Amino acid sequence: MSTIAEKIIAAHSGRDSVSPGEFANVACDVVMANDITGPLSIKEFRKLKVDRVFDPNKVVMIPDHFIPNKDIASAIQAKDIRDFSREQGCVYYETGRAGIEHVLLPEEGLVGPGQVVIGADSHTCTYGALGAFATGMGSTDIAMAMATGDIWMKIPHTIKFVFHGKLQPWVGGKDLILHLIGDIGIDGALYAAMEFHGEAIRSLEMDGRFTIANMAIEAGAKAGLFPVDEKTEAYIAAHPSKRGYTYKSYATDSDSDYARIIEYDAGTIEPTVAFPHLPSNTKRVSDSGDVAIDQVVIGSCTNGRLSDLQVAASLLKGRKVHPNVRCIVIPGSQRVYSEALDQGLVKTFIDAGAVVSTPTCGPCLGGYMGILAPGERCVSTTNRNFVGRMGSPQSEVYLAGPAVASASAITGHISGPAEVSSTQEVQAR
Amino acid sequence: MTLQGKVHKYGADVDTDVIIPARYLNVSDAALLAEHCMEDIDPGFRERKRAGDMIVATTNFGCGSSREHAPLAIKECGISCVIAHSFARIFFRNAINIGLPLLECPEAADSCEAGDMLEVDLSRGEITNAIRGVTFTAKPYPEFMMGIINAGGLVERTRHRLEESRS
Repeated sequence: MSTIAEKIIAAHSGRDSVSPGEFANVACDVVMANDITGPLSIKEFRKLKVDRVFDPNKVVMIPDHFIPNKDIASAIQAKDIRDFSREQGCVYYETGRAGIEHVLLPEEGLVGPGQVVIGADSHTCTYGALGAFATGMGSTDIAMAMATGDIWMKIPHTIKFVFHGKLQPWVGGKDLILHLIGDIGIDGALYAAMEFHGEAIRSLEMDGRFTIANMAIEAGAKAGLFPVDEKTEAYIAAHPSKRGYTYKSYATDSDSDYARIIEYDAGTIEPTVAFPHLPSNTKRVSDSGDVAIDQVVIGSCTNGRLSDLQVAASLLKGRKVHPNVRCIVIPGSQRVYSEALDQGLVKTFIDAGAVVSTPTCGPCLGGYMGILAPGERCVSTTNRNFVGRMGSPQSEVYLAGPAVASASAITGHISGPAEVSSTQEVQAR
Repeated sequence: MTLQGKVHKYGADVDTDVIIPARYLNVSDAALLAEHCMEDIDPGFRERKRAGDMIVATTNFGCGSSREHAPLAIKECGISCVIAHSFARIFFRNAINIGLPLLECPEAADSCEAGDMLEVDLSRGEITNAIRGVTFTAKPYPEFMMGIINAGGLVERTRHRLEESRS
């Protein structure tokens, strides 16, 4: 009797079953790195004195963190992974045809149910939304897997999270995961696999599920998995495997397979904000008090997908960004950018007085494209609000979903969408 | 192997963004990274640290990003080991892989203060605080991980594996 995570790992390590706490050598379907972690991986890979990666179709290099190159040093790092990809023939997406890795890989059909995906980026857990076992590691781990095609893992125990009931208007995946992290803490699922269930989870479209799985690491988890359902299957049908893979979906056998089961009444969860400097420092937006802000960022691997931009645009349409606020909108991939253009969302953002940028991780990690000065405050749809995350160690980041972020951009202080939207807009949702 | 050094003490959830801020991640050279190690949580660290010193913290040390630059920067600063209640999992893997010793021992972490001199017997996992007259034993590594440590890190272990499969 096993959980989804245990079944996927067993199937990739030549065993009938595995148990939490055991160690296994696990075959990988995707081994990924980016322009920050890739250069270190390549350096370690070279030490092995092997000529080729184990399978160029399964090694993926994505320039996204400091892209388009922000300075000479970043340009050298981007060149490192570009040159290596050309040399090895591995999967690579150039600036202008790419996007943030965790937005890009699913939409390009590079990840799917039942796969093992490892990436030198902590938010690799995003692909759990598709029912993959996906986890972040460091550059050396990734380098070794680039050569051998497998990686050692300690089998995690699984915690089941059930969100009962129906979501309130304007509440999305971000609010659920922030609420959860606020409840269990940023090491509340340390080393565990999280599984997400319940009526509210089933009602979420894939974009909302990616947001939740993306922040599993913010609870300390190794992976965050969703059962495959008709929405996953529809997504896979629309983004079929580029490499002709047949995906396999798994289900946990019984509740007794979980280390713990934690339940929430999703109907009582309101739009939520994580105050500085931990993702677990959450409040309902209605309890936020009067917090004046200087900047809003809408984007990232957490909330840079089309439906996130649609939510933001629905509030910003016909309204203006507050005079004291810079609002920066960053579509997560070229495809999202293009669709946002087709749907008139980019025009809405520009008319409202926002900046719309090419896809990049940029400001989320304090790279560029929206760095904060000492004393400045930003409401951001990104995933971390640690000290100095978006710039000065004396700046502050408040994490929220796109509805709270865009409402706050309009009012100039932390606001719920109800503060700016009409009853009609709420009913339309 | 016995380590000796002074304690630099921190609290819970020391994240990789404060260990090495991402604004410095446009390079991966350890010496350059070390210049900014702990900068956002302890600006005086760089001047104060001495070779052999130890970082001591409470829960969830190294949480956040997967950046291996974090343990690399700590190691390059001459820090001989990190002692904490618990470690975030990616940081834990990275440190083992690059050969930065980590010890999980809440009692030892709680019983020392900044500036205390500690002695650590790595093979036994024993942490001694002579000034306070106490010795604690850290949680032992699982056998599997000892295999990586004894091989001299993950690169060495993998190299060995590849050689075996070739012959």
